Amino acid sequence: MRNPQLDKNGELQHLLTLDGLPRDILTTILDTASPFTEVAEREVKKLPLLRGKSIFNLFFENSTRTRTTFEIAAKRLSADVVNLNVSTSSTAKGETLLDTVDNLCAMQADMFVVRHAASGAPFLITEHLFANGRNDIHVINAGDGRHAHPTQGLLDMYTIRHFKEDFTRLTVAIIGDVLHSRVARSQISALTTLGVPEVRVIGPKTLLPTDVEKMGVRVFHDMKAGLKDVDVVMMLRLQNERMNGALLPTAQEFYKMWGLTAEKLALAKPDAIVMHPGPMNRGVEIDSAVADGAQAVILPQVTFGIAVRMAVMSMLAS
Amino acid sequence: MNIRISNGRLIDPANGVDGVQDLFIAAGKVVALGRAPDGFSAERNIDAGGLVVCPGLIDLAARLREPGFEYRATLESEMDAAMAGGVTSLAIPPDTDPALDEPGLVEMLCHRAKKLNRAHVYPVGALTVGLKGERLSEMAELVESGCVAFSQANVPIVDNTVLMRAMQYAATFGFRVWLQPLAPFLSRGGFAHDGEVATRLGLPGIPVAAETVALFTYLQLARMTGSRLHITRLSSAEGLGLIEQAREQGMDVTCDVSINHLHLSDMDIGYFNSNCHLVPPLRSQRDRDALSAGLVEGRINALCSDHTPVDDDGKLAPFSESEPGATGLELLLPLTLKWAYDTGMPLAQALARVTSDAAQIVGITKAGHLAVGARADICVFEPDTYRQVTRQDLRSQGKNSPFLGLELPGVVRYTLVEGKVMYGG
Repeated sequence: MRNPQLDKNGELQHLLTLDGLPRDILTTILDTASPFTEVAEREVKKLPLLRGKSIFNLFFENSTRTRTTFEIAAKRLSADVVNLNVSTSSTAKGETLLDTVDNLCAMQADMFVVRHAASGAPFLITEHLFANGRNDIHVINAGDGRHAHPTQGLLDMYTIRHFKEDFTRLTVAIIGDVLHSRVARSQISALTTLGVPEVRVIGPKTLLPTDVEKMGVRVFHDMKAGLKDVDVVMMLRLQNERMNGALLPTAQEFYKMWGLTAEKLALAKPDAIVMHPGPMNRGVEIDSAVADGAQAVILPQVTFGIAVRMAVMSMLAS
Repeated sequence: MNIRISNGRLIDPANGVDGVQDLFIAAGKVVALGRAPDGFSAERNIDAGGLVVCPGLIDLAARLREPGFEYRATLESEMDAAMAGGVTSLAIPPDTDPALDEPGLVEMLCHRAKKLNRAHVYPVGALTVGLKGERLSEMAELVESGCVAFSQANVPIVDNTVLMRAMQYAATFGFRVWLQPLAPFLSRGGFAHDGEVATRLGLPGIPVAAETVALFTYLQLARMTGSRLHITRLSSAEGLGLIEQAREQGMDVTCDVSINHLHLSDMDIGYFNSNCHLVPPLRSQRDRDALSAGLVEGRINALCSDHTPVDDDGKLAPFSESEPGATGLELLLPLTLKWAYDTGMPLAQALARVTSDAAQIVGITKAGHLAVGARADICVFEPDTYRQVTRQDLRSQGKNSPFLGLELPGVVRYTLVEGKVMYGG
């Protein structure tokens, strides 16, 4: 089977998922991102790498934060950026996903940044581009259903590397709603590929996917046991609609059992870092004292996110 | 027309025939095997040297998409596909639009099919009006119009009291009830087998319990109501286990499996291949192997195509938003042969699952075998020629096959229906 995100020379053609991506490509992206962090500190925050390129942010699902970081990343590389919130425009008129893509191809797009509520939607787009011989157009998955959010996974790896350096000595815990989380899947793929010896997932059985241990993780239901001696604590967002019903009784009970408090964090290593992909539900999955505390690296994650997205865009376009 | 099919390897599983013999046909029926009857003069001789001659295949689930879904397929296109596939009898699931719940509709379908004069159709009527699971359909009248059994297609009845009443009512007349084991709430919102692959791809899963919970309910209700139950398109090893348990307790229940579930598993979804979006979902390799072994040993009674042509637009969508189903009429024979070759089972025994065994489930007595007097529905094929499955070669209007690109054995050379050559030659 053709690998949909690599070209025939094994170079990155699209970024769709971190699952199955070779370790050296992951490392190259992180290495490429490193100098871009300095661009933000300059007087003129721009590089000419994507001058004249048109990047379409194609968002079939609402998002402000992710779209904005992609937009900033593209603009810092001097690209022209067009934002399309398709959830509120064409599809409402009955246009199919691929019709939309064809129209944008006709407008000489160079890159699509795609978010979609259905797992696999960006793969459909790359298959379509391949079938039409449009190998000059690149696709970045900005989150598809429960499947993948590769740039989030990469910025998390960048953050871990920044604070912890060596992946091969770490114990990492991912906590909360893994079942519905594309972020968790991308994190697990990246962590296992980069050689983290122990990746744990912690949550109630209702929020952990079937056979998740086959992705190379250890499953914990007891947060205290799961947090013991970890180096990195990665919290996940709990969507409002999951809080009351058949998955969880209440947000309060979730907080009591799996919310990150200072008391629980004390079980991790003293120098453990705390991460969250945002937006946070304070008092549901994380206590404010921890979110704003000394161990939290949540805001650096956001800053690194721009550099990592610049790295991905520049690598695809080169 | 009097036809002689000479020098072929005649395989008639129902009668234990497997050897080179000539077959003689007159007035649409088989009139002799081996030696020509007195006074027989062939107007046409089909030389079947090196070919297999067997009863035309009987498919337990072939959606022709009429009425209602003519943009996906028509009787004409799918009948062509059936002929090219050597399939001469088709059981038609009731999930048309409107559903096959009205005698007039069923008569119309039978009439249209008869006019086309190709494969024989055996409609399976809707068990409840509009498949809604609320009111019983006019089963007695539907049978008079041509229905051979009753089912809910892929639409499970939510209210078990309605299901029990429907089974009781069918049992009143001894009508067969065909049910797809799918628990409505456990399957709701899911698109793939709840396992490693769905977890990795982030596809909402359908647990095996969706099949076993439904099966347990159906088996209990069938036992209680005394209805003749046939389970369609089994997908799991556990499901098969439940059926065997029921048989050990003396229940008479039959079941079938589709060519897709016999050959594929959830691993074949690969990178979200929407042609692998099926109902029931493709399950694990362990399930597939158990289904294959069950079919070899006859614990699964028959193999069907579960033919479901879908137009390209229906498949050019993200996996969970794509239309489920796969085209299959033309692949029933090749995939039966591939399965036989893979498992090493005798060809005659393999062909039984798509001829005589399937005939028993539908209740067809005059076809599915080649005894003297049988309807001369015949398939003549090259058993050892391999051909790639391509969009261009598929006659079905649906090009949605998970097997596209694969080399499969078996090329149909002639298809005869009631003694007329309808394909080949």
